[in-house]
Amino acid sequence: MTTPAAGREAGELHVVGKGLPKVDAAAKVTGAIAYADDIDLPGMLFCKLLRSQHPYARIVSIDTSAARAMPGVVAVITGDDLPVKYGIMPTCEDELALEHEKVRFVGDPVAAVAAVDEETALAACRAIEVGYEPLEAVESIEQALVSPDDEPIHGYAGPANVHRLAALEFGDVDAGFAEAAHVREDVFFFEGNTHLPMEQHSATAQAVGDKVTLWSSTQDPHYVHRALAKVLGLPMGSVRVVAAPHGGGFGGKCDPFSHEIAVCKLSLMTGRPVKCTLTREEVFYTHRGRHPVLMWVRTGVDRDGRILAMHFRSALDGGAYGSYGPASTLYTGALQTTTYAIPAYRFEGARVFTNKAPCGPKRGHGTPQPRFALEVHLDKLAADLGIDPVELRRRNYVRPFTRTVNWLRITSCGLGEVTDRVLEASGYEHRVKRPGHGMGFAVSSYMCGAGLPIYWNTMPHSECILNVGRGGVTLLSGATDIGQGSDTVLATIAAEELGLSPGDIRLVTGDTGLTPVDLGSYSSRVTFMAGNAAREAAARMRELLVRAVAEEKGCAPDEVAVADGRIGLIAFEEAAALAEARFGALSTRGSYTPPQGIGGRYKGAGVGPSPAYSYSAAVVDLDADGRSGEIRVNKVWLGHDIGRSINELAVRGQVEGGVYMGLGEVLMEAQAYRDGLLRQPSMLDYKSLTFLDMPEVETILVETLDPEGPYGAKEVGQGPLLPVIPAVVSAVHEALGVWVDEVPVTPDKVVRALDARAKGKEPRYGPKSFPQIPYPPLVKVAPPDAATAAL
Amino acid sequence: MRPPVRREVLRLSVNGEERELLVRPYATLLEVLREELRLTGTKHGCELGECGACTVLVGGVPQLSCLLLPAQVEGAEVTTIEGLADGATLDAVQRAFMERGGLQCGYCTPGMVLAARALLDANPSPTREEIREALAGNLCRCTGYAGILDAVEDAARSGR
Repeated sequence: MTTPAAGREAGELHVVGKGLPKVDAAAKVTGAIAYADDIDLPGMLFCKLLRSQHPYARIVSIDTSAARAMPGVVAVITGDDLPVKYGIMPTCEDELALEHEKVRFVGDPVAAVAAVDEETALAACRAIEVGYEPLEAVESIEQALVSPDDEPIHGYAGPANVHRLAALEFGDVDAGFAEAAHVREDVFFFEGNTHLPMEQHSATAQAVGDKVTLWSSTQDPHYVHRALAKVLGLPMGSVRVVAAPHGGGFGGKCDPFSHEIAVCKLSLMTGRPVKCTLTREEVFYTHRGRHPVLMWVRTGVDRDGRILAMHFRSALDGGAYGSYGPASTLYTGALQTTTYAIPAYRFEGARVFTNKAPCGPKRGHGTPQPRFALEVHLDKLAADLGIDPVELRRRNYVRPFTRTVNWLRITSCGLGEVTDRVLEASGYEHRVKRPGHGMGFAVSSYMCGAGLPIYWNTMPHSECILNVGRGGVTLLSGATDIGQGSDTVLATIAAEELGLSPGDIRLVTGDTGLTPVDLGSYSSRVTFMAGNAAREAAARMRELLVRAVAEEKGCAPDEVAVADGRIGLIAFEEAAALAEARFGALSTRGSYTPPQGIGGRYKGAGVGPSPAYSYSAAVVDLDADGRSGEIRVNKVWLGHDIGRSINELAVRGQVEGGVYMGLGEVLMEAQAYRDGLLRQPSMLDYKSLTFLDMPEVETILVETLDPEGPYGAKEVGQGPLLPVIPAVVSAVHEALGVWVDEVPVTPDKVVRALDARAKGKEPRYGPKSFPQIPYPPLVKVAPPDAATAAL
Repeated sequence: MRPPVRREVLRLSVNGEERELLVRPYATLLEVLREELRLTGTKHGCELGECGACTVLVGGVPQLSCLLLPAQVEGAEVTTIEGLADGATLDAVQRAFMERGGLQCGYCTPGMVLAARALLDANPSPTREEIREALAGNLCRCTGYAGILDAVEDAARSGR
């Protein structure tokens, strides 16, 4: 169910904003599209990885001789063959494709086999004998903070098993608390969960001589390319990574993975193509998903509920490796300020290593956890003050075109409008309260791409090349369509500029050998960044075509209209021929680099800045059973400030998918462990919403036309997930009168909160305290002055 | 050393074509379709009967090909996603999925489309609840199921 988008000037655009079918839809409904595991090359070998069954152990010996002797086994490799460490973040390159000194989680790969078929590869893995000396596993944040009897999980961090610490203060927080009429503290826990893409990871490598091509279900071929070159010791020009059509990512295919490196190495060794497809159980253990985060928040407000100071602490259970961890840590503290004007803000964050599958980025990367904590905390604060929770938020909303206390530049901001629209559509303010039924409200904000690349460089984040010739129009972009519709967005933008239909644009994407760079499909960056690059390339092409036609007809270029497959009165193909005759090969370029000065200049300032922020508001309506603790979500209203929809059908799909994933996280999804083993490593046991669990979603799009987004567009892939989680928690409180301060809000937790209330205790379920963490001295950052704060 | 696997002769009717194959006796229908017949439109998400991605129609009834041995479907007509369109003319369900945003990454789509086709063949005018019931065994992580529901309703309205 949907309501129309507001804010578009009618008739201005031809294909942008229309709900046209996706450009790859026909290939997807017919089964014609070939995903990574559908690739079959002549002479191909199959690879399986041998993985650790210990959560933490020293490797004493590895004997591969029996495996090597098996008929059908072509090659076996161990860590000795791939001794170069890598990792997505330059500050924590702590991974080996195959570990040879110690294993750090159940699932850590130690050897790889290439054989004539998968069964033989698997049998050979079983024949490899690994001698382990088990070490005492670290299983929790609390345990990781204590110096271990055995050695720490990694040698490069610490104290104990602490990976990363951050401590930042913007403005005078103590003064703010001293001035406050009311101060409140709360503690929250967000259990980890995983992406659960429908497609299992798969990678196929083909080496010819000392050059290798990898086809993989990756979200960022560029970063895989860099890791492969480093680990294989090859020049970048000898490695080509192609992002295969993608069966779902959600952040889970953003790291360079062992199987990707292993197939390349095995192909280089054997001279034959090698494929590795993970089993579903391996996908669970590969993970890189949502960090479990323990959070403590303290806020001081004046009598009217205006925030004077906030202190936010987080502790992240990072699992066994660094992955995106330093960024994940800072993200738990960065975006509180993009919805609320907080004049003084202190953030202390810590990430620890544990002997679990590594955590990393999942949709919303590091921000759903603090958003849940912050929004529920504000609900409680509003109740303390007797102020309506929506009104309390409104009094603190950021204003458009301002700068936050932590120096983030806010441009377009539809926070007030999305709030108005969801309240109106849902009837939230006129609801009649009754036991067992609740409505909850929450807001959020997300980035349109990170302002800085993962590794330091000053090159563009997105580049496009547009070619027009006798073969038609081809757009080359490094962007990777992971189902979010980036191909459709880029084709639509090019088509808009050239007066064509999206289907007229041939796309070559996500291929480090053929396409100019795009940093990848993460941080909701593609529409904004690759979209701007595509628009620039296409606008330049349009100019050439218009000039050629104007010269031919002897008129001024501005008399030449571009629309409906025509340049002026001439068909596009004829105009292209005129231009080619005049200018030679028709090829134009576009690049996008985020502007300077959108963030601060302190250590840690690299996380949070974005050229624009999307805004979302959610209202959730649910029934909750006061005896069983079961929750039935009836409906969700989601208002989203999209800037402008490039393709409204795709935008609505992203909103609905984000609501779905948020509901899964708040109601049932959990990547939890018992004795170092995952409790739910299958799609049956890892609960996710089915058709029967999913409520109706009413999507309300607000168009604020961002001044820097392509046609004003902003992101939609991640933002709409965020407010759903706290809105559900808030609605459960309204229904039953208890707070569940721990996600997921499963029936057992609801019942425990109800039991606590029945016994006269605090009507709540959740963590009781926040651990002592050796945060470093605060880095004190002066907030922007008044002139800088108003853009 | 593992003994070589003795392959067995299998006769299958897939998408209207009679096929005779030599297969490992324990290969699943999913493996035979994808690896022997190279009909890779049928997807795998778990190979344990949990996700629905490998759904095919056996005699018009949706079945999980990862849990079937091909011998079980000998004599029955197997329809995979590649066999749903009438030549170049797409099925109404396929068209509706395209037009209503019934797909994003597309990985669950073949199974979802076939399950929806089977539903509409058995019940040409299902309610939204009946659509939910019929497709509840097919997981999708992208769409929140909303676009799929809209698509199946549209397909029901437009007939085959």
